[in-house]
Amino acid sequence: MASLIGFYSLIFGLCLSLIIVFFSIKNFRNSSIFDKKIISLTFFQFFFVSLSFFGLIFSFINSDFSNETVFNHSHTTKPLFYKISGTWGNHEGSLLLWLLVLTLFIFLFLLKTKKQTKQYRNLTLLIQQIIIIGFFIFLIKTSSPFNYIFPVPMEGLGLNPILQDPALAIHPPILYLGYVGSSIIFSSTLAATSLNYISKEWAKHIKKWVLVSWIFLTLGILLGSIWAYYELGWGGFWFWDPVENVSLMPWLALTTLFHCILILEKRLILTSWVIILSISTFTLSMCGTFLVRSGILNSVHTFANDPERGLFILIFLFGLIFLSIFIFLFFHKSDEKNYNFFWLSKETSILINNWFMMYFLTVILIGTLYPIFLEVISSEKISVGPPFYNKLIIPFLIPFLFVMAIGPKLKWINSDLENKFFLVLFLIISILISYFIIKNFNGDFLINTILLSSAFYLFFSTSKDFLVRGFKNLSQNLAHFGFSLLILSILLNNIFSTEIITNLKIGETFQSEKIKINFESIKSKNIKNYDVIIGKFNIKNLNNNIEVLKPELRIYNQPNIVTSEADIKTNLFTDKFMTMNLVQNQDYFNIRYQNKPFMIWIWLSVLLISFGGIISLFNKRNEN
Amino acid sequence: MKTKIFYSSLIAFFCILFFIFYKGLQNTNIYTPNLETHDKDIPNFNAKIFSQKDKVVSSNEIFNNDKFYLLNIWASWCMPCRDEHPFLINLSNQNNLEIVGLNYKDNNKNAKFFLEKLTNPYKTIISDKEGLIAIEWGAYGVPESFLINKKKIIKRFIGPLNKDSLFEIKSIIK
Repeated sequence: MASLIGFYSLIFGLCLSLIIVFFSIKNFRNSSIFDKKIISLTFFQFFFVSLSFFGLIFSFINSDFSNETVFNHSHTTKPLFYKISGTWGNHEGSLLLWLLVLTLFIFLFLLKTKKQTKQYRNLTLLIQQIIIIGFFIFLIKTSSPFNYIFPVPMEGLGLNPILQDPALAIHPPILYLGYVGSSIIFSSTLAATSLNYISKEWAKHIKKWVLVSWIFLTLGILLGSIWAYYELGWGGFWFWDPVENVSLMPWLALTTLFHCILILEKRLILTSWVIILSISTFTLSMCGTFLVRSGILNSVHTFANDPERGLFILIFLFGLIFLSIFIFLFFHKSDEKNYNFFWLSKETSILINNWFMMYFLTVILIGTLYPIFLEVISSEKISVGPPFYNKLIIPFLIPFLFVMAIGPKLKWINSDLENKFFLVLFLIISILISYFIIKNFNGDFLINTILLSSAFYLFFSTSKDFLVRGFKNLSQNLAHFGFSLLILSILLNNIFSTEIITNLKIGETFQSEKIKINFESIKSKNIKNYDVIIGKFNIKNLNNNIEVLKPELRIYNQPNIVTSEADIKTNLFTDKFMTMNLVQNQDYFNIRYQNKPFMIWIWLSVLLISFGGIISLFNKRNEN
Repeated sequence: MKTKIFYSSLIAFFCILFFIFYKGLQNTNIYTPNLETHDKDIPNFNAKIFSQKDKVVSSNEIFNNDKFYLLNIWASWCMPCRDEHPFLINLSNQNNLEIVGLNYKDNNKNAKFFLEKLTNPYKTIISDKEGLIAIEWGAYGVPESFLINKKKIIKRFIGPLNKDSLFEIKSIIK
């Protein structure tokens, strides 16, 4: 029943889309009738899509296995929370979520932009509806979440155990708000370009939408990363996996776009940057969807290998790309006449860092797409791993960090460096600190020292801004301070992580100079949807402090999969991370113990970064 | 002039990108091994008969004739198995072909229900709860079918049977 309502709501939603398109085209001829009618139509569209979405959630809660999606991704013994999160833990449901966010954003956009001209709102609506119609057809035609199966199975197949995790349950909705939220930036930029509406005022109004997407995208990536750290059991937080890359690329584009818009607010320059970045943010999100959903790349997010689906998104994606190129070429009037920069000014430093960002983006794009190219051209299979990214990105991080440290201190248009004394002092202090840190520990001396100094430099200069300027420009200080903290913690984490891998029987002890690991006991327990084996380990370090870690092996009942759950003891300075795995046909367990310094600071600093964004969003002074 | 070159190269770039993606879509990244199974002997195994307690048969007992056999690996949880079911029903009417089902990692209740609703094309069904027999056969997934004659594998069909494979099987067993 719920499935039926869900399905028909989708059809209604699609019909509403067509009606809205009809009205908004009519509005072009006579722009005075852009009235409540169209807003209420968009509201009803949003309403129907939500109805459909709740229909699906309801089928999941009820374990209605006559619905194919529910059958494939749920089971009666799942806890309620994971039944609900199973709704978007699959291809069909997550596309429905896309659609929900698309309609939500255009509705909010129309509500919030009553001050803008009707023509502009109308055209934005039209472009957004084209995207919405595309997704409606995609959903209904190739991946309907409401397929009926007969005979009705007694029991479902269950949700993949590694998806049964609180962080991952809320990761898709948050990430989607960011991903799909960029669609509204895309539509409104194209509308503004074709109406020649791009101005300082436009920049002020679009800035909020950029910020909203950016905040959600940042938090979404953070959640995914935390999940990977806790659940995948490798003890890392970023693997340069294609799926992670496709979320990082829109983030880089969006961050760059945000900085360009900050300039555009002050001076009418860089409009081409703004347009191209808005287009690329959304097309990169779409491209990401294409890559992970079509099965062209393999990953946790590849729910189905269905070429028909891939082909549909591909054609749709390129349709949008060509539409935007067309609009950009024919309507955009370049602003080169007032394109003079003084070399030492805020906008120059932002522009320099934009180029760096574009470089990082290109590296990641090539790393992600090259394997596909190579396979098509020479049918050779390769995979691009962390060394590629590290080699190409890390050296360029150094000047990037320096520019980021100095840039915010400059004034708009024309500036001079003040407080040269502090700048030099900080530089010397950072180099000294890094020198002493690296000297005592690591082999790769030169690059690590320079890298660490540049990170410390940014850290000191943002901390000083924080202390001196206080609440003036708080959002920027917070975000930049967070970023410096992030880089610093990642670096220190990388340099000082240690790892012990060994096989132990119950009762045995592993001993090295610094540490003693004693495998005390195991016990087993029954929990609703899985059985669990819990190991107990005593870890004794040099100071004779004993720490107890209890990693788990979980045997899920539906589907029947064994996962290993890390036990992590976190404090301010370091994470102690332990996983155990069964060694086939023996009484040995494979133990992996890692000491990961400053892990918590990585999460906290990303939170700080997005918090900076939130403050900026609610900062009234920014609006005037 | 300069801008024209720039724009056309931009469009050309995206066209090439489209082409590459399009081609890439057709290369499925599912690993497909070489199918050198022609005239290979069938593996020997002992298996429980489906839904009968403690009744065990050996492979020699099942494939004892000079007839053609089709070993079909299936499960009630497998969606493509539902798609290929009509073809199996169609084949079950052939006189010189016996269809043997291998019920793979399945729940008895679901499997029975599946057969009751969609009718049963199998002469014999063996049950493979742990998926060990499927490993002996070197199966890649569910569904998968092996055409057998004189205890040799003549042809294997990875994935669900379709019109073409139905036609092929019929022409081989004639």
